[in-house]
Amino acid sequence: MQITGSMARPSAARIPWVTIGVWGGLAILVLVAYARAPQATTAVLTSTIRQSTPIILGALAGIMCERSGVINIGIEGMMLICAFLGFLFNVWTGDLLVATMGALLVGAAVGAFHALMSVTLKVDQIIAGTVINILAVGLTGYFYQQGLTTRGKLSPVSIPVLADIPIIGPVFFSNPPITYASLILIVVIHVLLFRTAWGLRTRAVGEHPAAADTVGIAVNRVRYINVIIGGMLAGLAGAFLTLESVGSFERNMTNGRGFVSLAVMIFGKWTPFGAWGGSLLFGFANALQSQIQFLKNQLPPWLAWIGDLPPQFIGMLPYVLTIAVLAGFVGRARPPAAIGKVYEKE
Amino acid sequence: MERAESPSPPQADRLAPLRSLLRAMIVPVASVVVALVIGAVIISVSGANPLVAYSALFEGGLGSGRAIGRTLEKATPLIFGGLAVSLAFKCGLFNIGAQGQLLLGAVFAAFIGFSLQGLPAVVHIPLALLVGAIMGAAWAAIAGSLKAFTGAHEVITTIMLNFVAFNLTDWLADGPWKDRSPGNIVARTPAVAPEARLPDIAGVPLGMILAVLAAFAVWWLIWRTTIGFELRTVGQNASAAKYAGISVRRMTVLAMVASGFLAGLGGAVETLGVVGRFQPGFNVGLGFQAITIALLARTNPIAVVPASLLIGVMQAGASRMQFNSGVASEIIDVIQAIILFFVAAESIIRWVLRLRAEEGERVTLSSGWGS
Repeated sequence: MQITGSMARPSAARIPWVTIGVWGGLAILVLVAYARAPQATTAVLTSTIRQSTPIILGALAGIMCERSGVINIGIEGMMLICAFLGFLFNVWTGDLLVATMGALLVGAAVGAFHALMSVTLKVDQIIAGTVINILAVGLTGYFYQQGLTTRGKLSPVSIPVLADIPIIGPVFFSNPPITYASLILIVVIHVLLFRTAWGLRTRAVGEHPAAADTVGIAVNRVRYINVIIGGMLAGLAGAFLTLESVGSFERNMTNGRGFVSLAVMIFGKWTPFGAWGGSLLFGFANALQSQIQFLKNQLPPWLAWIGDLPPQFIGMLPYVLTIAVLAGFVGRARPPAAIGKVYEKE
Repeated sequence: MERAESPSPPQADRLAPLRSLLRAMIVPVASVVVALVIGAVIISVSGANPLVAYSALFEGGLGSGRAIGRTLEKATPLIFGGLAVSLAFKCGLFNIGAQGQLLLGAVFAAFIGFSLQGLPAVVHIPLALLVGAIMGAAWAAIAGSLKAFTGAHEVITTIMLNFVAFNLTDWLADGPWKDRSPGNIVARTPAVAPEARLPDIAGVPLGMILAVLAAFAVWWLIWRTTIGFELRTVGQNASAAKYAGISVRRMTVLAMVASGFLAGLGGAVETLGVVGRFQPGFNVGLGFQAITIALLARTNPIAVVPASLLIGVMQAGASRMQFNSGVASEIIDVIQAIILFFVAAESIIRWVLRLRAEEGERVTLSSGWGS
């Protein structure tokens, strides 16, 4: 009985009017803005997608772990370590593909470390994640050397024809590889979780491990695999930061994105598409923040005050938004039932 | 309740408390030793001599009167932070927001310190400390209320509030409360009035004395008051506490407020005792160090003091180590993370030392998203 709610496929019976209303309203807003200032609107939207990429990847990492019952507070640290090592691989090999693969492998290793702590050693899972976060700050800070340079970063690839569509083209079909990958992964993970036997097993382990065990699912093995995949997704988010977005490493460059990802995951009720909606919201807040100085002159008079706000207030926006989102949604979303609990055979 | 836990008659075994103290210390001490060894390996890998590095580290933290003074200076905010995290842990809450609460305490203590002039020290100091502590408490109350009334998990809200606090205090120090004296271009507040600076008492900084007193006060609150009992009950089993008629919401808010009060007081003490004004980028990383300290002390308020002194020695000696051996001071963070790992994964240490876990020794910590 308890299980039915989230084990059932997302039902088509209830039409999500609120969601349709919100996105429909946003679409109209975008069209109005586009009519007034096409270039600025496209710039903000493109930036929204790019800014949301590490956040959706982090949220997907969180979904992978938490659907199998393991809390992963360490996504922030995983991103940071992978961003750092991905950057170093790029410095050493000069090959962006190799560097990205390297970051994925490192992510898998850190994920395995998290699984070791939280599944095998039965460490409090939130503490385990905190260990990863602190270790990441320390190790990347210790081994970081200034003045390392690379031969570039992943650049946008335009998809012919599709990229020429106004608004949609530049926003969706003219992106660098990791951004495309994140968009594809949203669909892939959705299908995996809700349409395959593997997904069913994952959700069973996250909801009722004892029941899963009695039907022959190796609970801890599923958890290990999921947390390792989660680590790789966080690794891709880290690779995005150093190999696609910024092009170099800076201390603590993740800036809380891993934690924002977790909030987005909760906002999206532990579903990939829900989390995507949340991460677009944050991407938009970040995009506004980074585009605000260019937008200042194009704002209508009744919004001119936004341009005069101290930069610190605009800097707060994504974080305040995260808190608001958590406060508004957490009560209404139910996490996987067995989350945070070590599974021990009777 | 507490009395019942030591049923043996006093004359039976006078050394029993000492022995149980030693037993409780094995895991933390072994964790520190193992972490230092792993740290030495990392130092060697990066091409430096770990013995030279460590001797410089401890010389810089303990080698002279000035070194010890520096250690006390570094340890003071750590004690407050460690107490803040420990107290929240007792109620099952994971306060990663000590950093933000400390910043709020610091900037408001600085404001009271520089904006009021001519007050006698006996009024000015307590006023500035109290305002700082209350602002820290208020900042933590946001996360506490969100947890109590909406269920938003404190781990995320406190971290987000840290980022908001960075921006807010940065704006205060660069805007309305900026030091407008000629020649100043950086973001900082004016210096606090000399009457608001914390004095040394018998050679010991007042801040350190306050920190140790705070440790005893927290111990008393947790183990000797009804509120403390209710707090611990909620921390160990929220549903049982609810059943027993304890308001879980009230305790959640209260624990965060008390926790933030301590962190804010730490920020105020640091501002009035050491820095003398507020500058952004102040005590970065304290929130995470406080977690290491709280777990190293196994959330025991009294044990927070020696744990903070240990980390304080490392921080005080880090720059000398970097100077003498060329080892970057960030190795301290790595060692702290390894300490945290071993303290948290104590089964490894117990396995290495062939120790058996004792019943009731496990420290209950935070709760999952759902609860």
